[in-house]
Amino acid sequence: MGGGWLSRWPVIRQLRGEDGRGRAARSARTDALRPRVEEAETVARSVCPYCAVGCGQLVYVKDGKVTQIEGDPASPISRGRLCPKGSASKQLVTHPGRQTTVLYRRPYGTEWEPLDLETAMDMIADRVVRTRRETWQQTHEGQEVRRTLGIASLGGATLDNEENYLMKKLYTALGAIQVENQARI
Amino acid sequence: MAECHPVGYQWVMEARERGAKVFHVDPRFSRTSATVDRYLPIRAGTDIVLLGALINYVLANGLDFREYVLAYTNAATLVNRDFRDTEDLDGLFSGYDEETGRYDPSSWAYEGDVPEEEEPVEGGARHAEAAGSDSYGARGAGASATPPQDPTLTDPRCVYQIVKRHYARYTPEMVEELCGIPPEGFHELAEAITANSGRERTTAWVYSVGWTQHSVGVQYIRAAAILQLLLGNMGRPGGGIMALRGHASIQGSTDIPTLFNLLPGYIAMPHAHRHGGLDDYLEREGADTGWWGNRRAYVVSLLKAWWGDAATEANDYCFGYLPRLTGDHGHYASVMGQIDGTVKGYFVVGENPAVGSANGKAQRLGLANLDWLVVRDLVLVETATFWKDAPEIETGELQTEEIGTEVFFMPAASHVEKEGTFTNTQRLLQWREKALDPPGDCRSDLWFYHHLGKRIRQRLGDDDIDRPVMELTWDYPEIGAQRDPDAAAVLREINGSAADGRLLASLRELKPDGSTSCGCWIYCGVYADGVNMAARRTPHTEQGPAALEWGWAWPANRRILYNRASADPQGRPWSERKKYVYWDGTKWTGPDVPDFEEDKAPDYVPPEGAKAEHALAGTDPFIMQSDGRGWLYVPSGLSDGPLPTHYEPHESPVRNALYGQQANPARRTIDRPENPYNPALSPRFPYVYTTSRLTEHHTTGAMSRPLPYLAELQPEAFCEMSREMAGELGLDNGDWATIVTARTAIELRVLVTGRVRPLRLNGKVVHQIVMPYHWGYSSGGLITGDIVNDLPSIVLDPNVYIQESKAGTCDVLPGRRPRGPALLDLTERYRHG
Repeated sequence: MGGGWLSRWPVIRQLRGEDGRGRAARSARTDALRPRVEEAETVARSVCPYCAVGCGQLVYVKDGKVTQIEGDPASPISRGRLCPKGSASKQLVTHPGRQTTVLYRRPYGTEWEPLDLETAMDMIADRVVRTRRETWQQTHEGQEVRRTLGIASLGGATLDNEENYLMKKLYTALGAIQVENQARI
Repeated sequence: MAECHPVGYQWVMEARERGAKVFHVDPRFSRTSATVDRYLPIRAGTDIVLLGALINYVLANGLDFREYVLAYTNAATLVNRDFRDTEDLDGLFSGYDEETGRYDPSSWAYEGDVPEEEEPVEGGARHAEAAGSDSYGARGAGASATPPQDPTLTDPRCVYQIVKRHYARYTPEMVEELCGIPPEGFHELAEAITANSGRERTTAWVYSVGWTQHSVGVQYIRAAAILQLLLGNMGRPGGGIMALRGHASIQGSTDIPTLFNLLPGYIAMPHAHRHGGLDDYLEREGADTGWWGNRRAYVVSLLKAWWGDAATEANDYCFGYLPRLTGDHGHYASVMGQIDGTVKGYFVVGENPAVGSANGKAQRLGLANLDWLVVRDLVLVETATFWKDAPEIETGELQTEEIGTEVFFMPAASHVEKEGTFTNTQRLLQWREKALDPPGDCRSDLWFYHHLGKRIRQRLGDDDIDRPVMELTWDYPEIGAQRDPDAAAVLREINGSAADGRLLASLRELKPDGSTSCGCWIYCGVYADGVNMAARRTPHTEQGPAALEWGWAWPANRRILYNRASADPQGRPWSERKKYVYWDGTKWTGPDVPDFEEDKAPDYVPPEGAKAEHALAGTDPFIMQSDGRGWLYVPSGLSDGPLPTHYEPHESPVRNALYGQQANPARRTIDRPENPYNPALSPRFPYVYTTSRLTEHHTTGAMSRPLPYLAELQPEAFCEMSREMAGELGLDNGDWATIVTARTAIELRVLVTGRVRPLRLNGKVVHQIVMPYHWGYSSGGLITGDIVNDLPSIVLDPNVYIQESKAGTCDVLPGRRPRGPALLDLTERYRHG
């Protein structure tokens, strides 16, 4: 681009009759701007977590942080497009309101308390084993049922197939039959 | 669709630009309504009147696609002499028991079908309770694939004539009186769908929970199915009925069900009063003809996947390890169990029932009566924090210090912090790569259940009741510092393998003798030949429109189900314009994977006594059905009748003008103090309400209200009403209003628009209000609001136990709701007023 700074000023170029969009709107500053995604160290091919259309997402990561999530132009479903929620999904994974530590509320407690992850896992396993044994039904009205009605589970539509599979498999082996998800509502 | 599935809607817009005519039928005017050729507002809860009138229009004017109907549906099939229709019984079908509120469906059977043997008295009613509709396409053991027919369609007992009589009273006048759609709107729709169906053209229907969340929801979908079959729009490109589902993998969680009544691949959970051992279960749970005839292979392969070497022929492949159902063990039944104290421990995983389920107060009272509760989510959802900020704390119904529930909040990994597959709304599995590790204590649900299972197994012994857990195959490889189980290994187990460990390529390889294992038979082939097919990403620019090399659709990567019907009985395309899958002289071919045996010729006639798929002819496209036909009339499998019939919602301000029977006689009510109902036709509750979503929010708001962009775009809960209604109540745009039902009252800002229109029904004006339900009291939300789902009652569709939250009645009062105990006084007055 020739000429002095004045002639390169977009306003001057636009006044001279160049199309107000595209090249004529560019300044030295915009020429120097680079997209965030260019500096990403890795790009993961993902899928939007909101509705069930299944739009393709590209997840850009730099220095161990998600720097941007964009639509995947290769997807035959979405062709690179995302809706307001999908476009905001970088905030979904990075927003400060996200809870990242285990919390515990003891019976009759008035506040949350911190709890170690491994301890929490052990405590939950203890409760499953205890409740299952205390509420075990071998028979019901004369028929063998081999189950517990003491444990219920809700949720699955936001999870992966592999996760639903392990849930149903484990619950069924435990005899917990009240396993439900969003498809029921 | 534009509102809730915006990116999918781009294809509707493309079709419209190419000349497609688009209608939108909805109580609320949304972004969809703004972009279609014709918007038809309808009273919530009356869609069967509209669909029934369209069916009547097709049949009365001889506009059905006769060649398709004769060859591919059960129109010609004869029905049992004992069958009585709603025409004969003023809104009831034969077999209804007033006392139990249940149907005995035996009189609905095809002629010649043997009704199932009378069950023991104690179990009879319970069978119907345990979601008896899971044996899809079955008509009981021994049913013939070729039941008696009248191909002239003139016998008064043939399905065609029964359907024609049933819908004769569904007229444009009824549509106007009950739906509020004027005759010119109806005729425009009827003419468009019939002109756009047939050899050269197809019409598609799209629905969401606006059709399912009713006490007669299954029959809404059935009504659309009848219409689409009559017009020849099933199994063909541009046709079909598309269910737009609301969560990223809600389809997957139905296929691999975290649902009480199902095992993976739509296999029914065994029932204590109905099933004995494996043989007995298999005999009762499905047909011998059609692809369900292979169910022994599906069930045994599943048991082998779960119990491995412990599952042998001698022990029924551990079939006895499966716990037994005895009735409705669904979500709402579990909540009542919590209130009653029988359910003591509760896992809530990526769901938020305190905001998302009907009758939120009952949900929270249940939570408050648990011994322990585990909540796994990205943020502190209302279900986790109810003990300190539920509305019942403010009213004094609950006190934090008196709630004994022990709560564990376990932070979850987001979708980018784990790998695995979602199944989208078109049955397509897409593998997500992991971008990075989750922060802090956040873990995937795969991690949680894998490690929980390991810990539980460490705590169990060799007691008989512990053997199903101890013998469970549970040895997934762990990866990385966080010891994440390998999701690909789980997907390989779902895919299935042969005895030598070779991954199966197709469900046709599944064996009934225990030599194959498969965690979900309809997903068999997703890891064919060791390749993760769900991870395939050939760009759309480099392949045809079916895009077979992007992800993997169940079953067998077929993109349009029942696509054999896209060709005529002889196997030729119905038209060049609608050419899709066809017979080339030696095999079925086309741009999709044929949903048919590739080498079964159109002239194949099954030999006497043939089983499974071999019992279906080369002209039978609906291969999961026992007779290979699309069912206009459903002889078995439904709890509330063989044909869709209009019943008013449980709570309705309008009398059913079609029959003496007001509401679905088989609907399930929960008559308890926690779940009071508004009386039908009550002047105390004169308005119709419906609930909705907005583009900028997701379900209960836990994935949208904490996000600054989205919170700013849609900051506040509101109810939308017409100018006329606002005028009657003296409300202006932006004012507060209190919405009252027998359950509770909530306050919302009023959005007054011309988009919601008063409906004139038989001279009477009925006002509707529309409320998005995304708000709650916490969820890490930057924005909060009253919970809309506190308003609906729990009244359920009898087939699937989904609640009627899309059509109810309410009162609306100007101003904010009372605070504290005064709120209870208000609802008490309404209950008894």
